[in-house]
Amino acid sequence: MKRVVSPHTLEELWQVLEELPKASLMAGGTDLLVHLRDKGRKVDLILLERIAEMQHLEQQDGELVIGAMVTHQQLLDSPIIKKHLPVLAQAVSGLGSPPIRHMATIGGNICSASPAGDSLPPLYLLEAKLVLKSKLTSRTVPIQEFILGPSQTVLAKGEILAEIRVPVPAPISTTEGISTYCKVGQRKALAISIVSMAACLEMESDGTVRVAKFAWGSVGSKVMVFPELDKYLFGKKLTDDSLRELGMMFARQVTPITDLRASAEHRRALVSNLPLKLLAEFKG
Amino acid sequence: MKIRFTLNKQAIEIESQPDCRVVDLLREQLVLTGTKEACGSGECGACTILVDGVSKLSCLMLAAQLEGREIKTIEGMSVSEELHPLQKAFCDQGAVQCGFCSPGMVMASADLLQRNPLATRQEIRQALSGNLCRCTGYQKIVDAVDSMVQETRNKS
Ligand SMILES: Cc1cc2nc3c(=O)[nH]c(=O)nc-3n(C[C@H](O)[C@H](O)[C@H](O)COP(=O)(O)OP(=O)(O)OC[C@H]3O[C@@H](n4cnc5c(N)ncnc54)[C@H](O)[C@@H]3O)c2cc1C
Ligand code: FES
Ligand code: FES
Repeated sequence: MKRVVSPHTLEELWQVLEELPKASLMAGGTDLLVHLRDKGRKVDLILLERIAEMQHLEQQDGELVIGAMVTHQQLLDSPIIKKHLPVLAQAVSGLGSPPIRHMATIGGNICSASPAGDSLPPLYLLEAKLVLKSKLTSRTVPIQEFILGPSQTVLAKGEILAEIRVPVPAPISTTEGISTYCKVGQRKALAISIVSMAACLEMESDGTVRVAKFAWGSVGSKVMVFPELDKYLFGKKLTDDSLRELGMMFARQVTPITDLRASAEHRRALVSNLPLKLLAEFKG
Repeated sequence: MKIRFTLNKQAIEIESQPDCRVVDLLREQLVLTGTKEACGSGECGACTILVDGVSKLSCLMLAAQLEGREIKTIEGMSVSEELHPLQKAFCDQGAVQCGFCSPGMVMASADLLQRNPLATRQEIRQALSGNLCRCTGYQKIVDAVDSMVQETRNKS
């Protein structure tokens, strides 16, 4: 019979990991259990849900620290997230459905490393750092380096994602100017994204763009960012023309695939059009 | 393994495989068949239950997760033979056709009204967005939950 263990502390977790080195880690289980069911597989499971040191959400000098076991609903309910990282709140507000958000965690979303993971574009844009721990080690890795490809991360055997650290104030203002997450799915609820765009723009009082940052989901094997292209808008006003031009530049750089949900061409067309949405945001 | 939890306000202790899905534990071992399973993969909401008051999907939960928790299923909504007001509202508003989605819909609505007793129709739609119904077209389900909101509003 397969075992299911629920350690209550990291100390207990390290011990269990030594006893069951082949066990899978389970956070909310919304990816893992679906996956195991599809494969018809039974494995030993270590449940992370009761580990006290993975549930925190707090501000510590210059950083917002989010325990990996914080659920998407907890992010949405948190006044600090709403205040400092509205783009993250917006992204997870459309993740799955209410019960999925009650169960699924931010750590699980990151470790699943799906190109469509909704929390990922905001976390790339906000330059999130991930704290990885094992019994004897602790290291901090930028999210860009953590995710290698679909379902692939740099996590070593016996290592977990313990917490997520996001600088505050964010590297780009998320509270002035424009801060938005646009997800194109097949329908409104319970839809995995076909293309998603996180965008933050800081504006001068006359409406010229001071700084802009974009991050794209579902357009490659992982989230894509193009710091060089982001600069195109600096010093420009948001117009139909400037945003169309920018959209076309992004569309040339992304590397989408054709899958059940959409063709590569359709994805590229969406990428070239999505920046135009910012015009409506700016006019408010 | 032995699992202890509260089920519909009753403390119980039960012997189960730790990796048994909660929906199977409820339906097969405890013969509480009000909780339904359709997709088995988180997409339809038919298996929604309340865990410590929060809506979760029993097809994506394992028995071991129940330890020490407070569980409510559709069977725990009515008091003795009396339907819960929310269940009555579903009947009165014609929100039940084949009824397969109804237990999940009622549990998801209960979660919503607990958090947000004055939910708008928009918020009701959002809250039920993880529950699929192939019969009613949703309108009457939203009407039923909305009628509860109106009642609360009239009382206050
Ligand atoms: C119906 C449905 C709809 C969905 N809709 C969306 C959607 O719209 N957008 C979206 O982005 N996702 C969606 N998902 C996918 C899923 O809900 C999310 O990716 C979720 O955030 C995963 O979190 P979890 O806690 O459930 O992870 P789990 O399933 O528990 O874990 C996922 C993987 O990460 C590993 N893992 C988890 N936590 C850690 C950790 N701390 N350290 C090391 N490894 C870890 C696990 O071993 C496992 O391999 C949906 C899923 C379902 C079933
Ligand atoms: S049976 Fe659980 S969500 Fe469909
Ligand atoms: S009443 Fe038949 S599925 Fe909803």
